[in-house]
Amino acid sequence: MESKTNQIKNKLNTTTILENKEIAPGVYVLKYKKTKAFKAGQYIGLTTDLEVTPRLYTIASGINDDEVQILYNIKDDGWLTPRLSEIKTGSKLYVTNPDGDFIDDNTPAWWIASGTGIAPFYAMFRSGLRKNKTLIHGGRYTHSFYFEEEFSQALGSNYIRCCSQEESEGLYSGRLTRYLQTIKELPKDYRFFLCGSPEMVVEVRDLLIKRGIEYNRIVAEIYF
Amino acid sequence: MNKDILLGKTLEELIQIVLDLKLPKFTAKQIADWLYKKDITSIDEMSNLSLKTREIIKEKFIFGNISSTKVQCSVDGTKKYLYPSNMPNKFIETAYIPDRDRNTLCVSSQVGCKMGCLFCMTGKQGFQGQLTSGEIINQIRSLPERESLTNIVYMGMGEPLDNVPEVMKSLEILTSEYGMAMSPRRITVSTIGIIPGMIEFLNNSECHLAVSLHSPFDEERKKLMPVQNVYPIKDVLEIVRNFDFGRQRRVSFEYIMFKGINDTADHIKELCRILDGIRCRINLIRFHPIPDTPLDGSDDATMEYFKDQLTKKGITTTIRRSRGLDIFAACGMLSTKELIKRQNEDY
Repeated sequence: MESKTNQIKNKLNTTTILENKEIAPGVYVLKYKKTKAFKAGQYIGLTTDLEVTPRLYTIASGINDDEVQILYNIKDDGWLTPRLSEIKTGSKLYVTNPDGDFIDDNTPAWWIASGTGIAPFYAMFRSGLRKNKTLIHGGRYTHSFYFEEEFSQALGSNYIRCCSQEESEGLYSGRLTRYLQTIKELPKDYRFFLCGSPEMVVEVRDLLIKRGIEYNRIVAEIYF
Repeated sequence: MNKDILLGKTLEELIQIVLDLKLPKFTAKQIADWLYKKDITSIDEMSNLSLKTREIIKEKFIFGNISSTKVQCSVDGTKKYLYPSNMPNKFIETAYIPDRDRNTLCVSSQVGCKMGCLFCMTGKQGFQGQLTSGEIINQIRSLPERESLTNIVYMGMGEPLDNVPEVMKSLEILTSEYGMAMSPRRITVSTIGIIPGMIEFLNNSECHLAVSLHSPFDEERKKLMPVQNVYPIKDVLEIVRNFDFGRQRRVSFEYIMFKGINDTADHIKELCRILDGIRCRINLIRFHPIPDTPLDGSDDATMEYFKDQLTKKGITTTIRRSRGLDIFAACGMLSTKELIKRQNEDY
């Protein structure tokens, strides 16, 4: 079998960073030119060093956008993100081809995300999926609701922001699990897409199942 | 100053430590002997090191053994140990499973788990943290039944190949001459198929591999195991199929049987198709429901039929005997209860 380094190198494409911008404290959007087609909801592997195994990030841009956009937050104990946040426009980046199967279609669905788990839903939204979609986003602070202007404008009351630590007009004050418990009847014939931390995914999935949603209507993407 | 832990250091790391402490290089091998071959629990007991050497080491290091805080004993002899981890209020479980000629220890590699499999109790904790190689080795070293241990399986809490650096270090210590000198053929690492970690493990270890399969159908597996969205089973099998396991190394597939979900004739047919060309065995596992699960276990007759059909098609298939049912030996039950879970503020 090929060495690990060679296998990874062979699968990586070299690209150049077009923009790397902090959009909220510790949260960045990184952009590079799109060269490979992808499906909304797919991820890429990304690294700044060929000797280091790429980390996976869901693409947060539309399938017809010219740029690939990645939403990431700095993990203090991580290897990549502290370095990534320092790199400038024009720097080299190594990325894998898009892959993954967290894919929605035009059928009715609820999208439930925490933190940067909003990325695949933004990709779906930018790619034209809006009708029959409800987006529930949980975050700690009022600045945790990335892309909120676009979502608000297009989804209106089907866009719910649940803020666990701060209060502000237009935000549900509390955790998203509490919000879900306040809903009298969940739509049992819809699909539910979950993306975010393992804790959120497991807690929400259990809650939905307890509330009568069949487990095979729940599709989960976990960040690891 | 927080002192570092010696237990779990590889020989190479110990050499660097003694050189940094301006001690002779051979001291590293002496320390490794005490850590991995002898039954002591403190640096003071390293009697072939001079008192001065021990004092120098103790200024910066502690031994690092941790005793279990709870043990549950099953009527069938299975024991489940609960260990505190290095993280406050976080616990891990280790199950000791004695059998006729085989005594197996099921070790944990993480506190909690990130993978969120629908049928797993550990997953309900979410992810609490990575275990160090020292915490993994400690589960073996501090086991009262250590002398009678014949096999180790990395099938406890956590996904081992999501913690590759520490798991690989622990495997080195378990199998090296300087360490516990176990045969790698007595150790199995189980994964749900984290491909980069699996490649690293296959290339750098001689231990057996077990892959959690649970469904041969992509859409169905996706609902049971979210990892399928990222590392589909077909890609996992491609790696396994193309890897030369040699004559002695083994790959097996774990298959928990869920009533009416993954136990039909179609599943038998598809399993045979996707495993074609792979020299392997399938372990069928009874599902013992966890709280709030929507899943039920298949009945005995269905499991027997499934096994017979797969065997007829040429795949060595066994039904794993359930052990420790009265103490909920399946991992996650005890530690999830012990975990003082705070509500996550991130969502």
